[in-house]
Amino acid sequence: MRDWEAVVGLEIHVHLKTRTKMFCRCETGFGADPNTRTCPVCLAHPGALPVANRTAVEWTIKLGLAIGSEIAERAVFARKNYFYPDNPKGYQISQYDQPLCVGGRLAVPGGAPFELGFVRAHLEEDAAKTVHVGGGTGRKIGAERSLIDFNRGGTPLVEIVTQPDIRSAEQAERFLQLLRQTIVALGISDARMEEGTLRCDANVSVRPAGSDELRTRWELKNMNSFRFIGRGIDAAVRRQVELYESGAAVEQHTYDYEPNTDTLTPHRSKEEADDYRYFPEPDLVPVEPEPALVERLRGELPELPADAIRARAEALGVEDAWALVTTDRDPAYRGLVTGGVAEREAFNFAMNQPIPAGANLAELAKVAKAAKDLTREALSSAVASSADDGFAADDYLAQTAVSDTSELEPLVEAVLAANPGQVEAYRGGKDGLLGFFVGQVMKETGGKANAKVVNELLREKLEAP
Amino acid sequence: MIDTLRLTAEEANGLLTRGEVSSQELFDAYRAAIDERDEELHCFLRRCDGEGEGIPIALKDVIGTKGVETTAGSKILAGYVPVYDSTVAARCKARGLRLLGKTNTDEFAMGSSTENSAFGPSHNPWDPTRVPGGSGGGSAAAVAAGMAPWALGSDTGGSIKQPAALCGNVGLRPTYGTVSRYGIVAFASSLDQVGPVTKTVRDSAFLYSVIAGRDPADSTTVDVPPVEIPEPGATDLKGLRIGVPVEMRDAAGIEPGVADAVARAIALCEELGAEVEECTLPRSVEYGLPCYYLIAPAEASSNLARYDGVRYGFRAAGDDLTTVYERTRDEGFGDEPKRRIMLGTYALSAGYYEAFYGKAQQVRTMIIREHAAVFERFDLILSATSPTVAFPIGARADDPLAMYASDLLTIPSCVAGLPGLSIPCGLSEGLPVGLQLVGPQLSENTLFRAGHGLEQALGFDFVPERLR
Repeated sequence: MRDWEAVVGLEIHVHLKTRTKMFCRCETGFGADPNTRTCPVCLAHPGALPVANRTAVEWTIKLGLAIGSEIAERAVFARKNYFYPDNPKGYQISQYDQPLCVGGRLAVPGGAPFELGFVRAHLEEDAAKTVHVGGGTGRKIGAERSLIDFNRGGTPLVEIVTQPDIRSAEQAERFLQLLRQTIVALGISDARMEEGTLRCDANVSVRPAGSDELRTRWELKNMNSFRFIGRGIDAAVRRQVELYESGAAVEQHTYDYEPNTDTLTPHRSKEEADDYRYFPEPDLVPVEPEPALVERLRGELPELPADAIRARAEALGVEDAWALVTTDRDPAYRGLVTGGVAEREAFNFAMNQPIPAGANLAELAKVAKAAKDLTREALSSAVASSADDGFAADDYLAQTAVSDTSELEPLVEAVLAANPGQVEAYRGGKDGLLGFFVGQVMKETGGKANAKVVNELLREKLEAP
Repeated sequence: MIDTLRLTAEEANGLLTRGEVSSQELFDAYRAAIDERDEELHCFLRRCDGEGEGIPIALKDVIGTKGVETTAGSKILAGYVPVYDSTVAARCKARGLRLLGKTNTDEFAMGSSTENSAFGPSHNPWDPTRVPGGSGGGSAAAVAAGMAPWALGSDTGGSIKQPAALCGNVGLRPTYGTVSRYGIVAFASSLDQVGPVTKTVRDSAFLYSVIAGRDPADSTTVDVPPVEIPEPGATDLKGLRIGVPVEMRDAAGIEPGVADAVARAIALCEELGAEVEECTLPRSVEYGLPCYYLIAPAEASSNLARYDGVRYGFRAAGDDLTTVYERTRDEGFGDEPKRRIMLGTYALSAGYYEAFYGKAQQVRTMIIREHAAVFERFDLILSATSPTVAFPIGARADDPLAMYASDLLTIPSCVAGLPGLSIPCGLSEGLPVGLQLVGPQLSENTLFRAGHGLEQALGFDFVPERLR
């Protein structure tokens, strides 16, 4: 393996959460009864015409700006022609040789930072959803019937294509986390793989380490988490290296990654030719974003996650900053720091407490500062209520935990006396028992003891000769 | 007694506003004419009892009408009833125009004779052994035979102008983008335009004003300048600079009777005060037809992909998806759509795209520029609409290339997106000859002014001789 390096490029599809579909006014979203969010346009009735969704265009420009793309002066929608029941027009409206966003670069921070380039990002419409019924497997082959739900058909979809700049499964996962967080920060998509609002295919090849050749690649599809994408890439790399080292060739293929068996299985493709006969969509005029519009959208960009990670890394170190930002806890963190909480404390608080969206962070900061003196109950109830109207830290600050050692010392001694076996075990090296003793003292005090003080007292007693 | 053969829409409106007839009486008069003549002429695919208090109207069957079957002359759409109105149908309804019926068309508007209709050909009211032209032969013949005061057609490469010429009425193909295509069964999206088929130029201008204008549902529509209906009786063409493209005047295949009628019209233009000079459109005339027959089939091959038997219209039985697709399309489409789907698919295929579709787009740009250069010197250009008068049914049915040549003179301006007006300018062998006026983009008002002036001076009797 040392002699080989992975060459990976990703194609990411993101559902935009616009209120309406890409080319008609039907509402988007999940959960409606099948085929209730449809109209002549998204059902491809004769004579129906597409009209491009302005918000989707603007959001795609924002995404392009966030990943450093050049915004095209003239982007052209194109028809991608193929027959399939989930594609009612017989063509998908996409962009081909004149996409909206061209190029781009993203620097991914971390212990081993790396940069990656983008080929393009373009706007298109999603296909409808096909459900295969009967035959047991839920797959097309062997199914008795196929049903189509056109609710999803026509949902705006951004396709982002990276350069083959990724060198490991870990880099792929980290890049995807950062990209996802960027999309979420822009407010243009929920970008959830489990709901299908973010999908990712990987193009994987290997080459002798240090060379710059591009060898035959495999396309991996249907991976439904970042972790599985990483494992799929690892599996493909292992297999390709085996093939090359055994003297065999790698042939171009598309595979599905099966996480249960950690194997790649050949992808069953739609019955279609590869020639999509792209041509400019004559029903739509080209998109020509005015420079003023692009500048307005640039001005609306929030602090981007990559920048946020670099900024927070000064106080927290890059890994904690990464964890904070990519788990979307950075807004809470910033609110707490603004409220006067020390950075490390604010980080711990934001990472460990389930702070609700819309929390009053200025008030919650007061609670966070006093956290170590509060009872657990008071703390958790303060956090839970922090988004409520009229939430006031003062209501909780009085519920302090017992930290008076003269009050706690007898309880600690009683607990140790009642558990001589565990005391002996601890002194014999079972450090983990400390938690047991803490728990016992907490039980005695009804959870009102200051855990830190109890810890200190216990250690003192247990480690006394 | 209402003489629907002679009554113009303007006159019908006069009868209504003066209270001389009720809208129901007017409607019934046209229905009676349909009962009397349509068995012979077969202009209507279906008759309607539309709503409204205004003038009746007939719509070509590519124009989608809510609740009224719309087949585009194809078996594959048999039984398809739109759930929505096309924008033009809605605009007609909003003005009270009452739907008489849906008129016959070549299948998906592909043809120049209506012989490609899956439901049988229409016949020319001047001579029922001859074609009414196409694809909108049903609308043109219905207006000529007094079965509708006016009608709407659609024009991709001449489907309004050519039948109007062959049936002796006025056909306007408007500037691309002035009339919404929303709800029109698509043939070739970058070429399709809806327009009026009428007895007079004033009727044409009025009906155009009803349907034209930007439509939020069609992104390719534009704002349209206010329509000026020409003053009744005004014949003055002073100040108009009219060009006569020599390649169109001298094209091979122009019948002598057609050339004579056009020459007389040219002389008349000069008498009315216009400046007439020769001009040239060499590349537009030479390459217009081949350019069109790459672009239109390419777009059609994609536009017709939606007819797959899955959601609406005709579906053939089959054991699996591919069989259903293949049988549905094999049995549902006639020969001409199949021919054009094959041509277009080929022209767009990898390896052929640049040589065919790509090249055709470059030629299209060249044709647009060549016309623009001519319109720096001229307000209008003038030619015959069709090289021939109406030809006998069956004469070109087995020769697609001869049929395609019917549109030689109408196609260049269609490819360039320009407006064109065909008015009758005389008879040859007892059959109408059409005169085509073409202007730059959005020059409809100029076309109406010139067309009306010529129409007045020509005094053509639009009632077919055998029906007088």
